[in-house]
Amino acid sequence: MSAQKIANPQPPFAWGRFLRTFGTLIGFFLIVLFFASQRPATFMSVRNLLNITQQVSILGVVAFVMTVVMVLNDFDLSVGTMASLSGIVIGVLLQAEQPLVVVIIAALVVGMLGGLLNGLLVAYIGITPFVATLATLTIFGGLAFSVSGGRTIFGAVFPDALTEFANGGIPLGTINEQLVRLPHLTIIALVVLVLVWFVLEQTVFGRRLYTIGGSMEAARLAGVRVRWLRLLAFVITGVGAALAGAMLTGQLATANPTLGDGLMLNAIAAVFLGMTMSQEGEPHVLGTLVGVLLIGVLANGFTQLGVDTYIQRILTGTIIIASVTLSSISRRNR
Amino acid sequence: MLLRIRRASKTYSGIPALIDADLDLLGGEVHALMGENGAGKSTLIKILAGITAPDSAAIEIHGQTVTLSSPHSAHSHGLRFIHQELQVVRHLSASENIFLGQAYPTRFGFQVRWKQLHQQAEQVLARLGIEHIDPRRTMGHLSPGDQMLVNIAHAFVGDDLEHARALIYVMDEPTAALSEAETAQLFRVIGRLRERGSAVLYVSHRMDEIFTIADRVTVMRDGRVIDTLPISTITPPELIEKMTGRDLQHIYPARTEAPSDQVRLDARGLFTAVVHGATFTVRVGEVVGVAGLNGSGRTELLRAVMGLDRLTAGELWLDAKRLKGHSPSTAWLEGIAYVPEERRSQGLVLSRSVGDNLTLPQLASLSIGGWMLAHGRERQTSQNMGAQVRLKARSPAQTVRELSGGNQQKVVFGRALVQPPRLLLLDEPTRGVDVGAKVDLYQLIREISGHGTGILLVSSDLPELIGMTDRILIMRGGQLAETVSSEGLTSERLLALCYGNMDHVGSKDR
Ligand SMILES: Nc1ncnc2c1ncn2[C@@H]1O[C@H](COP(=O)(O)OP(=O)(O)OP(=O)(O)O)[C@@H](O)[C@H]1O
Ligand SMILES: [Mg+2]
Repeated sequence: MSAQKIANPQPPFAWGRFLRTFGTLIGFFLIVLFFASQRPATFMSVRNLLNITQQVSILGVVAFVMTVVMVLNDFDLSVGTMASLSGIVIGVLLQAEQPLVVVIIAALVVGMLGGLLNGLLVAYIGITPFVATLATLTIFGGLAFSVSGGRTIFGAVFPDALTEFANGGIPLGTINEQLVRLPHLTIIALVVLVLVWFVLEQTVFGRRLYTIGGSMEAARLAGVRVRWLRLLAFVITGVGAALAGAMLTGQLATANPTLGDGLMLNAIAAVFLGMTMSQEGEPHVLGTLVGVLLIGVLANGFTQLGVDTYIQRILTGTIIIASVTLSSISRRNR
Repeated sequence: MLLRIRRASKTYSGIPALIDADLDLLGGEVHALMGENGAGKSTLIKILAGITAPDSAAIEIHGQTVTLSSPHSAHSHGLRFIHQELQVVRHLSASENIFLGQAYPTRFGFQVRWKQLHQQAEQVLARLGIEHIDPRRTMGHLSPGDQMLVNIAHAFVGDDLEHARALIYVMDEPTAALSEAETAQLFRVIGRLRERGSAVLYVSHRMDEIFTIADRVTVMRDGRVIDTLPISTITPPELIEKMTGRDLQHIYPARTEAPSDQVRLDARGLFTAVVHGATFTVRVGEVVGVAGLNGSGRTELLRAVMGLDRLTAGELWLDAKRLKGHSPSTAWLEGIAYVPEERRSQGLVLSRSVGDNLTLPQLASLSIGGWMLAHGRERQTSQNMGAQVRLKARSPAQTVRELSGGNQQKVVFGRALVQPPRLLLLDEPTRGVDVGAKVDLYQLIREISGHGTGILLVSSDLPELIGMTDRILIMRGGQLAETVSSEGLTSERLLALCYGNMDHVGSKDR
């Protein structure tokens, strides 16, 4: 490939490009700085920061696996009710006194089957992801209710091993005579993050997903098995959603048919926030991570400032719009 | 003077695409703009169209300085465009595409009068001599050639050709996807525009067209205008040398070895929705052409062999092995490589890098263990392939969208050769590629067929078809009508064969 002769050796600094790529990240640090200045004692403490990672770990898992389908230009609206369903499956099986390992595996299998259903509907039957996963959102939610009989399962049903694990962590040492731990849930989210990153960025499978997202027709003509790969992507998302449901249930020692429902919107928002950071506007899981942390930091900071949760929602939504708008404006240079 | 451009410049991420370009267009002239792929022709045109903002440029129209800040302002200054890449809305009808950006005929100012719209669209098409396109049809269902015709009609809508004031028409490779007859018709229209005193800026890589229609020619190289001169003062070889700095005597390299007798592809009685019967063979090392009019089923014949369109009857045998459960992915695995007709919608993933596109079909074999990406090996492969097809790109990491049209085409061509295929299916492989690079692609085709690859070549460029192939299959109305030897064939006779005009058929070989 013959490189072009470069006439001006010092290319002018491309502000548009810089803002586009790092705008969201800069915004993130500004927000962190803001909270740090408002609550210097509590917000920036190691303890609180680790706390935030635990608070966002469940959203993180959902958002990371959501990235996989969004790379395909698809999305999965059913992740929230799938997480609820997974929690109910765990609760019901624990009530039936099944061993914990079996119970967790069963929940993940349910996630896999749900993902398989989504994948079949979208990739093989050809229903648009919006309609297909809107339908399965309703189905999974309905299943969660009918399996549990609409009841909330809580209390002694959940073995201590599960709740202690989900709320515990690996001791890191003591700061100011307080023990700080790296939460187990954070570790699980990190493992999912690394796995998704590896699959999307370092494997043939991931590269093909990105090309399908770029142009389904061109990918098919180049020999990519579009339908099969789309199916697999939905399976990954389904399993991830079920895992998130398990984490949630373990942490709260509660299974409730609507427990995970709220995860979906925030997960999609996190992926969109991450997409603003990439040149071509594609989702990347590291971008999603920034989106997840942004949402988590906002929730934590606002709570510390004593902002009402409804106001929190309004502010969070506004910040998401601002970020996406800024990135699309800076993209509009000709 | 209708249009005067002075010192137009444009830089992309520090790399100049256009450097101080000057250009004058006179009323009543057809002005050819020539240059290698990536020379900056489309960049100059997009600046005129108000699509690209120049770093600097002084533009005068009718002696008045203007700023062309948007497609709308370009239009109101009397500029009309046919862009290199289709600018169509695929889910709208042809009529709506023709009238895109124009006022639709309405009742009471808001209710669209569809019938009238379609009639007017029909009239615009008829003025261009196009009768076979039903303007009610959805754009996405038309062939690329027909889409281009609609695209062309869009440039002429609203201006009565007979009484047109002196407008400026800018055409960026309008004929790349057209048949000879359609090209001739477009040239008649251009002739009329010239008589009315309009100016036409015309880009094409087809030398014969330039010498048929142009009055003057401007040559660009590496972003600079290097010369403007009357066409009568230059010969085609001189023009090629000006563009490329190379002296190209033989466009079509002579073949070195005769094809072997061993059959590579054996197609028996193929039927699909469009193909109504095709039985033929391609031998090892043989280059077989496929000729026919637009819509004759040439493209669909290749699609059938690639496993893209379902066979309703017939069998495909590759090296005496029956291809069953045939799909594009199994086809690539079997060693069948494919260059589709439409590079932007079918060939490329525009949002991905040059490297990703070049390695896509062979990604598994370039990876570690068939599943983990080997970035180094990929980069190496992309770099080698890029050099072989004379690709002009910053690096393998550059987004394909940013390449010039001809360079995008080279990416689609190059990736078919990343692993030497057993069978190579080429559908208009040199569309939009400059003369110099074409010669290199022809050389590559020769080399690879010399190593035993069987090749099926579809092309509307008849000299190319005759110059590169051993035999030519003639498609008519979806049927493989006959097979002729390329030896001693003339373009006129080949065209007559495509029309099925038996008066001209003097060929005995079948
Ligand atoms: N959006 C873009 N971003 C970066 N580089 C660009 C962009 N558009 C064009 N270029 C570069 O500008 C140069 C000129 O491209 P241009 O499209 O004008 O070439 P061209 O003369 O029309 O070639 P062709 O005959 O292949 O159509 C090329 O090197 C191309 O890669
Ligand atoms: Mg061009």
